[in-house]
Amino acid sequence: MKRYIDFYLSSMKLAVLEQWQYPIANYFYMIGMIAEPVIYMVVWSTVATQQGGMVGGYTPGAFAAYYIVWTLVRNMNVVFTPYGWEWRIRQGQLSMSLMRPIHPLHYDVSYFAGWKIIVIILWIPLAFALSFFFKPDLHPTLIQGAVFFFAIWFAYLIRTMTLSLLGMVTFWTTRVSALFELYFAAELVLSGRLVPLSLMPDWVQRLAWFFPFRWAFGFPIESLVGNMATNDLLLGLGMQLAWIISGAVAVSLIWKVAIRRFSAVGG
Amino acid sequence: MQGFRLAFSYLRIGIMNEFQYRANLYIQILQTFIALATGLIGLNLVFAQTSELGGWNKAELLAVMGVFTITGGVIRAAVQPNMERLMEEIREGTLDYALTKPADAQLFISVREFRLWQMVDVLTGFVVLVVALIQLNWLVDLWSVLGFLSALVMGAVMVYCFWLIITSTAFWFVRVHEIANLFEGLYAAGRWPVDIYPNWLRYGLTFLVPVAFAVTVPAEALTGRLTLQTWLVALGLTVALFIISRVIWRIGLRNYSGASA
Repeated sequence: MKRYIDFYLSSMKLAVLEQWQYPIANYFYMIGMIAEPVIYMVVWSTVATQQGGMVGGYTPGAFAAYYIVWTLVRNMNVVFTPYGWEWRIRQGQLSMSLMRPIHPLHYDVSYFAGWKIIVIILWIPLAFALSFFFKPDLHPTLIQGAVFFFAIWFAYLIRTMTLSLLGMVTFWTTRVSALFELYFAAELVLSGRLVPLSLMPDWVQRLAWFFPFRWAFGFPIESLVGNMATNDLLLGLGMQLAWIISGAVAVSLIWKVAIRRFSAVGG
Repeated sequence: MQGFRLAFSYLRIGIMNEFQYRANLYIQILQTFIALATGLIGLNLVFAQTSELGGWNKAELLAVMGVFTITGGVIRAAVQPNMERLMEEIREGTLDYALTKPADAQLFISVREFRLWQMVDVLTGFVVLVVALIQLNWLVDLWSVLGFLSALVMGAVMVYCFWLIITSTAFWFVRVHEIANLFEGLYAAGRWPVDIYPNWLRYGLTFLVPVAFAVTVPAEALTGRLTLQTWLVALGLTVALFIISRVIWRIGLRNYSGASA
């Protein structure tokens, strides 16, 4: 156990030191990312204003709150990309990780978790700027704040698991970008990223319940922004945990089968 | 003249290159389809709640989406790949190879790559645009067609200049590959007419990142909103941006030390 803790702390520290050297690059990346919710926010606030101040239970202020929290959740959602898995496997880069006496996933989880610390620090001024311009209506309770804290890290873990599983498809075929694109499109619609799920037709909302997407995106946002009862908040955390655990089990099972197929192309 | 020949040769090489990877065409078709589908879902969700957005109705916004897809396709086919290659070469110091060629360096680095399959986006965009125009009962009118085509070309030139300016910052900042993400994020704002954005953002999207001129203005030409004044501003800005980008490129180039040398 101690060696895992040591490993996690070291690679998180490494990520912090490495990423802190590139604040401009990180900011470019974050501003590009923030453009998306700002667009949604403006569009939906305009619609709400035109409809007499509210649409689907959201006022312009509530939309502002939703999409500003969105930006943090989106940043927490950035994990090692499945395209990276493709690169790792196709180029034989995985060979190096296999030499280490630790599962490569630990490196992904810890490195990106370290990077998140930088991302959160850089995000704070952006959040202030967005709040200044868009006046969010946000009054979270203490319990909402606490649930949100766990929910964003759980979201990070869910997405790490699902995208690793997706990336590991590359062990079987290297033509994967079409599959990735489909996955991201489904995620966009079913997660609450495009619009709050309550604005979606009923059947989409019901469908979203069965996929991991909303637990990694919509739920963390709504836990802070919405008026969820404590029971629902805890149920959400429970669903997140269930996805993390089943994801981790699936990753380790598939890894065992997949790694036998790895032939270190070019490695 | 020599410049045109150079550009044409690289265009041919680019197309031949793409033909080596025909399966990518199918992937591109799928990607275009997904982007179109998500765009339409967004549009329908908005218009399920309202009948107009900032003075634009659904068919007009469909036309905006068509222009957005066309211009996006052109950028990803001809501008972005060249700029990404440039970024990489500045970082690696391999730009030396381009600079030693007996041609204008800016022209040379701007024409080396061409992604033919991205033209699927351009075609799809035109189809979307035609559908929108049919819904609008649009009558062919020479002035709006000319306005549209000229605005489209000016928009593409402005976006190229913007990319070149941003890419030139690689001479100072080195690691700038996140710029592609920055641009895509900001460009996505063009999916909606810029009139709906708050003032500060509208000016930003007009003069800093010329999304308004790349997407909204051509769409305005087709929906009878384009004034001569806007068209002249677009022309002025195109010339200004072209000069500014060339100056910045040249200053940046002086900063380049060729890491590999």
